[in-house]
Amino acid sequence: MGKTLAEKILGSRAGRDVQAGEFVIPTVDFAYAHDGTGPLTVQQMKAMGLEKIKDPARSAIFLDHASPSPRLEHSNDHKLLRAFCKRTGAILSDIGGGILHNVVSEKYAKPGDVIVGADSHSCTQGALSAFATGMGSTDVAVAMAFGYTWMRVPESFQVVLKGNLAKGVYTKDFILYFIGMIGANGATYKALEFLGPGTKNLSVAARATIANMAVECGAKAGLFPADEQTKLFLQEHGREKDYQELAPDPDATYERKFEFDLSRIEPVVACPHFVDNVKPIREVGEVKVHQVFIGTCTNGRLEDLHCAAQILKGRRVHPETRLIVALSSRKVYLDAMRDGTLQTLIEAGGIVAGPGCGPCVGVHEGVLADGEICVGTQNRNFEGRMGNPKGFIYLASPATAAATAIAGQLSDPREFL
Amino acid sequence: MTIRGRAWKLGDGITTDHISPGRFFHLRSNLPELAKHCFADVKPEFAASVKAGDIVVGGQNFGLGSSREHAPIILKLTGVGAVLAKSYARIFFRNAINSGLPALIIDTDQIREGDELELNLATGQVKDLTTGVEMIAPPLPPVMRTIIGDGGLVEHIKKHGGLKLDG
Repeated sequence: MGKTLAEKILGSRAGRDVQAGEFVIPTVDFAYAHDGTGPLTVQQMKAMGLEKIKDPARSAIFLDHASPSPRLEHSNDHKLLRAFCKRTGAILSDIGGGILHNVVSEKYAKPGDVIVGADSHSCTQGALSAFATGMGSTDVAVAMAFGYTWMRVPESFQVVLKGNLAKGVYTKDFILYFIGMIGANGATYKALEFLGPGTKNLSVAARATIANMAVECGAKAGLFPADEQTKLFLQEHGREKDYQELAPDPDATYERKFEFDLSRIEPVVACPHFVDNVKPIREVGEVKVHQVFIGTCTNGRLEDLHCAAQILKGRRVHPETRLIVALSSRKVYLDAMRDGTLQTLIEAGGIVAGPGCGPCVGVHEGVLADGEICVGTQNRNFEGRMGNPKGFIYLASPATAAATAIAGQLSDPREFL
Repeated sequence: MTIRGRAWKLGDGITTDHISPGRFFHLRSNLPELAKHCFADVKPEFAASVKAGDIVVGGQNFGLGSSREHAPIILKLTGVGAVLAKSYARIFFRNAINSGLPALIIDTDQIREGDELELNLATGQVKDLTTGVEMIAPPLPPVMRTIIGDGGLVEHIKKHGGLKLDG
């Protein structure tokens, strides 16, 4: 019987044929945590009496949410995590290395992997055709110590994409539209599998934006097949040997099927304070914006910075608006520096921070004042998310963010292209 | 095992940012201190007033958002005996079981703020002693019953030296 991507990958790591609904114990190819969730992973490993990591080369801690640390409590957690990596041999990505999901995509994730991360956006690796999902710190401690975890094989939703995105419209607009349509719990426990001719022209960076946000409609995973785009990405990162072609069987069973014409997607935003509160920009009305944030595991890749730079080049950020760009990895930092992107952003009036998560989780580098409105390229706009429960966050594409920074109010990027 | 306490009624879409707000997350390695800020922006009086055995009652998609396991852990630390909701976000649900915090799926519309509730975890029976309404929550999947039966994931691993789960 035909297998979905989820069934294929979980089956290969469980050592047998599996079907949606079954309980399995797959081996884990990569397990990771960050400076927010890692300290509890360390504490729980100790509580469980576990000293060793099964495969240190496949376990990693990323110091990215507080990078560099803005206060002593974070610094002490960093100290604890550095010591943990030294003691166990786990990979340490210290401050400045970059956002965990972005670095894992660059260096470690490969098609066919089962990956677990102590962060809900671990599903990002689905862009590289890995079954990747977010778990709690203790579950990740078990995966690191034993090299396996338990899972229920999810049912899959088939999402067929056709056509190409129009100018000024990006995969961020598509996935926000999808989440707005299906709802924040519309895909709970499911694997989303994005297929069809419309995926062919989506780079891994563009796919990562979609995979990253799968969790925002409740999904366990957001999967793409492994194809020429995947191979290209791995080649660009010196990992061509990690490529294998991977696709669902034509006769796989899907619980629900969707089909979208990408050319009909328009720029949208997720309005405060929920990710599924999605509206086309043209319906939102005038919104004065105090801060624009470009970055994160959702839209912090070089391609995203290029989108923003294209609009910002030769223009200036509005005098009453702050533009903060938090770089997503050391590689992106260097690439953006070398190709002039950083210069464009800075000359326009942007502030460049990171590499790291920046102001996304309200820790540092752009906490909002009371009543302030931020338009950001991140994946979550919950109340209090950027450090102030009296702030308001709109989620958008990098192009929308750049256009908004210039206008000082929420703007359609197509007017700037 | 029976849990009895006051219902703290919340609406739909309670996020793990609501339960454990990011602006206090620097306290994450001091869990009792972090617990003092549980629901700080939703029900500021909660952390100081909650009594052992009280029950948090949500609506749809309880626990959505971040995977922070600190959310169910600090709920437990405040004394909460169980969570009831119409549905849960999957990472929170798994973390709750791992933390030994019972999370039952029940139609919570009929439960009101301040009602006295009694839960029988073995049978899944939920009694609203204030209104007389009685409901039965469906049993957990076998794997989760095993984990919470052992007292949570840490206890399970200590007991068995690894995962010992039969589907």
